[in-house]
Amino acid sequence: MSNLFSDLMNLAFLFLLRVFLPLLILTAIGYLAWRFFAPQEAIVRRMSFSRFMLRLREHPEFRVPELSAKAYFILPIIVLIWIAGAGVLIARFFWGLGAVTALNDAVPWGLWIGFDVMAGVALAAGGFSLAATVYVFRLERYRPILRPAILTALLGYTLVIIGLVIDLGRWYNIFHVLWMWNPHSVMFEVAWCVILYTTVLALEFSPAVFERFHVMWAQRLLHKIIVPLVILGCVLSTLHQSSLGSLYLIFSLKLSPVWWTPTLPVLFFVSALAVGLAMVMIEAALTAGALKRRLENDLLASLAKPVIILLAIYLAIKLGDPLLRGTFATLLTLNLATAFFWIEIVLGILIPIAIFSTKKGRENPSLRFRAALFVIIGVLLNRMDIAVFGFYDYTAALGTIYFPSLGEWVVTLAIVTAGIAVYVAAVKFLPILPDESPAKAHALVE
Amino acid sequence: MKDKLSRREFLKYAGTGTLAFAVLPIFDRAALAPYLSGENGSQVGVLVDTTRCIGCRACQLACKEKNNLPADAPTLPPNRTFPESLSATTFSLVEFRRVGGDDQHPEIRPVKKQCMHCLEPACVSVCPVAAMQKTARGPVVYDAEKCIGCRYCMLACPFNVPKFEWDSANPRIRKCQMCADLIEQGKLPACVQACPVQALTFGTRAELIAEAQARVSGAPAKYIPYIYGLNEVAGTSFLYLANVPFDQLGFAVNLPDTPLPDNTRQVLEKLPAVAAGIGLFLGGAAWWNARRARHE
Repeated sequence: MSNLFSDLMNLAFLFLLRVFLPLLILTAIGYLAWRFFAPQEAIVRRMSFSRFMLRLREHPEFRVPELSAKAYFILPIIVLIWIAGAGVLIARFFWGLGAVTALNDAVPWGLWIGFDVMAGVALAAGGFSLAATVYVFRLERYRPILRPAILTALLGYTLVIIGLVIDLGRWYNIFHVLWMWNPHSVMFEVAWCVILYTTVLALEFSPAVFERFHVMWAQRLLHKIIVPLVILGCVLSTLHQSSLGSLYLIFSLKLSPVWWTPTLPVLFFVSALAVGLAMVMIEAALTAGALKRRLENDLLASLAKPVIILLAIYLAIKLGDPLLRGTFATLLTLNLATAFFWIEIVLGILIPIAIFSTKKGRENPSLRFRAALFVIIGVLLNRMDIAVFGFYDYTAALGTIYFPSLGEWVVTLAIVTAGIAVYVAAVKFLPILPDESPAKAHALVE
Repeated sequence: MKDKLSRREFLKYAGTGTLAFAVLPIFDRAALAPYLSGENGSQVGVLVDTTRCIGCRACQLACKEKNNLPADAPTLPPNRTFPESLSATTFSLVEFRRVGGDDQHPEIRPVKKQCMHCLEPACVSVCPVAAMQKTARGPVVYDAEKCIGCRYCMLACPFNVPKFEWDSANPRIRKCQMCADLIEQGKLPACVQACPVQALTFGTRAELIAEAQARVSGAPAKYIPYIYGLNEVAGTSFLYLANVPFDQLGFAVNLPDTPLPDNTRQVLEKLPAVAAGIGLFLGGAAWWNARRARHE
């Protein structure tokens, strides 16, 4: 108990030191800069930036874009994150990883691997399962939500590769995996699968681009090869989703016994399937809300049952494996690892199963949204646990406790927000969401 | 200074479990026979006899000189590990471990640490671009030209040996290469050359195991009957003798006798079958569903 308390205090202290304090200082600098540089009128009236922009919009000569007060508040923050992220990356590429991250010889992998890569690949898993549903199992009614799912997957994998390049020490050598083979390495297999699958995703997504620019011959060609392409995508996804778990098999001496299990590959694959479908639910709801589109309510509700089954399998392996290997007792002592373990079980598995088990939970958009969010939080927590917190005891024994630096957080946030921005732009300019008019909707199904 | 371990004390350690490995029949030549023949026996390695080490750190400095590494301090503090651990600029380090005594008169043992040059290295198995290689002669060497800097080797290493140049825009993994270039020229590794008291012995693994066995059986009171590195993670090219239990010298004593790469090998072997199975199943399903769609 005291162990858990002191471990949490350590993490809280590092959070204050590495994230909260620098953020506080930066905010103070920003506030002073605003006070110093803002027009006299804004200062006298103690106006916020968004209020100032709204007021400025009343004067047509300034040509302020028509945005809501919320957008005036959020957009500058996102732009600031991007500027800060660019600054961190410049420092990272000129002075090395040590200049901007909290990584060291005891903690070679941190937030960028745990979140940007591990969680990123898992969240992008909706693409291949939905593609198989439509193209292999011919469940045509799922087609309206297929393109958004494939777009999410493509963006997810692109961001994973960007995140990986940022994290690799000798990133300029990344193409070495193409011709310097080591088939004994899980990392080698993952790299190949990710490269190939990103290519497959680009091809699966390309009909949207060809449709937009009326390239008929390419559309016809892709129509011919789409089924084998989707099957290839499923094989590649199965391999590398599970192999991301296999990456951690060799850490049997370092990873906490709460997280290390020979079933890691299976757990990663099953949880990726579940979280992929949860992501489809979330992004469909968000885009419907943001673009004032009709929600595909029946379709999204029918995804809930497969999620229940997947989460149940996931839970059964997660609890059955320690029972069979006789390590269940370690899960019952209270410490940082077990606390996170049970939080994941309750938040990420039991609560969504409970919500999705009721008819209301499946069909009520806001309840379903919340349940899907819990699935995502659970899987994010799981990947962070295995990649970061699972090494807590091992690194503490070496005299180091890892908490991501502000630079790591900023780059992660910049990557995520950039992904959302590209998604929004793509949905606006390409035929991705189902069309409202019945005639065109029919054309899309053809 | 007490550098002998009485039989009674040895049995005490064995009884408390700190010497769970003490059952190793090191005095039995027949049991060692498999180590002396076979391909691993002809690989080169180094036997570190910690009972002979006087803690002068000539090996540490010779390593720095050989590898053009910067010095850590003008003078090294006596009887204290400096720097604190292996680093990107320290491939070989003499650690000073307190094994007994009180605060006024601590009983300290110097012990040289460096890459163990495993027979089946985890770092070599995990490297996606084969930048880490186990050479036929024995050393585990690193090629920065191939490396992509993923740092998987650092996490996979059971001895935490590979280190990274965190403050470089062009960073490398750094670790002991057993002076593979000198060995190729028929010379001794720099640390072995430098040792003034023959605490380091260079030779083939078979020779070193026979030598270790001879030393222990020749002076059973002087050693604990265990060769560290004989079986750890399926064996290492650096072997250690000591007169105190190895966990007191900062060695991991919970290592399995099986090679760590086995953890992943068993999964990787199944992948072709998994890929083929999923491909065939989905292909069959696609064909069946397409046929049904045509008939409807």
